[in-house]
Amino acid sequence: MKATALVAARLVAMRDLRLAFRKPSQIIQPLMFFMIVATLFPLTLTPEMSRLRDAAPGVLWIGALLSSLLALEFLFRDDAVDGTLEQFALSGQSLTWMLFAKTCTHWLLTGLPLALSAPIAAAALGVSAEAMPGVVASLALGSFAMSLVGAIGAGLTLGARRGGVLLSLLTLPLAVPILIFGARATQLAITGGDIAPPMYLLGAIAVLGVTLAPLAAAAAVRIGLE
Amino acid sequence: MLTVQGVHLWRGDRHVLRGVSFDGAPGKCVLLTGKNGAGKTTLIRAIAGLLDPEEGQVSWRGAPARSRRDEFHLELAYLGHEPPLKGDLSALENLKYSVGIRRTVTSAEIQAALARTGASSFSDRPTRMLSAGQKRRVALAGVLLADAVLWLLDEPTTNLDADGQQLVRDLISEQLGRGGIVVAAVHHSLSLPAEQIHALELGA
Repeated sequence: MKATALVAARLVAMRDLRLAFRKPSQIIQPLMFFMIVATLFPLTLTPEMSRLRDAAPGVLWIGALLSSLLALEFLFRDDAVDGTLEQFALSGQSLTWMLFAKTCTHWLLTGLPLALSAPIAAAALGVSAEAMPGVVASLALGSFAMSLVGAIGAGLTLGARRGGVLLSLLTLPLAVPILIFGARATQLAITGGDIAPPMYLLGAIAVLGVTLAPLAAAAAVRIGLE
Repeated sequence: MLTVQGVHLWRGDRHVLRGVSFDGAPGKCVLLTGKNGAGKTTLIRAIAGLLDPEEGQVSWRGAPARSRRDEFHLELAYLGHEPPLKGDLSALENLKYSVGIRRTVTSAEIQAALARTGASSFSDRPTRMLSAGQKRRVALAGVLLADAVLWLLDEPTTNLDADGQQLVRDLISEQLGRGGIVVAAVHHSLSLPAEQIHALELGA
């Protein structure tokens, strides 16, 4: 009996989770990068907490953006090298659903841990405890949107030899709106403002990503396999 | 059932496939031979739909394969140069996921297929610890489990010992006996009955 698209997507996600737990270095590396960037800033800027707090949204978001670019390189690369993506493409199942499952799993393994560990980095930048839920929520939603947007770039650069640089060049312009609204939400969380407006905009980007990015990534991967 | 008609394909500036045509009927094995670089792999990938021919067409059950891609792929099993296995997963886990995305499969079925290809004894070890020949046996179990009518095999006997090569011949014979079609790129003859073979030399 043919497996349904949802069963296939669930299996893809389960396989990726199992692989990640067998080889955790790919999850830990981007997270470490983020933590190092965010915690080194206070040493180089100023010991004044009020000024550090002003810089916190920028530091956290640029750290998160660069770290997710680092992680995006691994999104499809291993599966392309060992022929798994070819088998996906020839499975008779919707490649769109399978890549959506892969992208969501990727976010669960990289974006979500980053958002959850952000309070440690934020505390080093003098952010108060009350602001933390807003900081975590904005980074969680923003990194999800980043993973989706990045999936298109990761698919397009599959066939390229120096994919990493190209991936950054392709993804950064698309990531700028996420960076702007995300940093604004974090800033409002820190200053005690209403974070809803930038969060709605981040949510809109994420919804757009959910609906369009898997389709575009699937088309890009099929081209990349040629 | 499978019709390849006037397929032309360029790789970069090389005209690799120059109007390849053949028919694959149930119970027939199309053996692709030719020197390195003659286009055997390219042709197999073009039939699978991984490459788009510049000219010509691949048809399946009378309709262009591209127009009914998912139905075509459900009836197709493809085994390339490299066995598509994850090194950190065991053979059992690998097949559970790779076959599971195509169809519902029980672990008893997977065990049986691994036993058939002589891979039972190492089925619970991470595949990165297996030899190239052992990995190929696991990948062949995946082809069996795909339950496909059309097998596309790119040098299926690579890395296999004499027993393994015999196994590939037996598996192909059984597949042809079931009314399946096999398209295989090979360097050595597979010593199948002549009436089952349609030999096609590429780059000649």
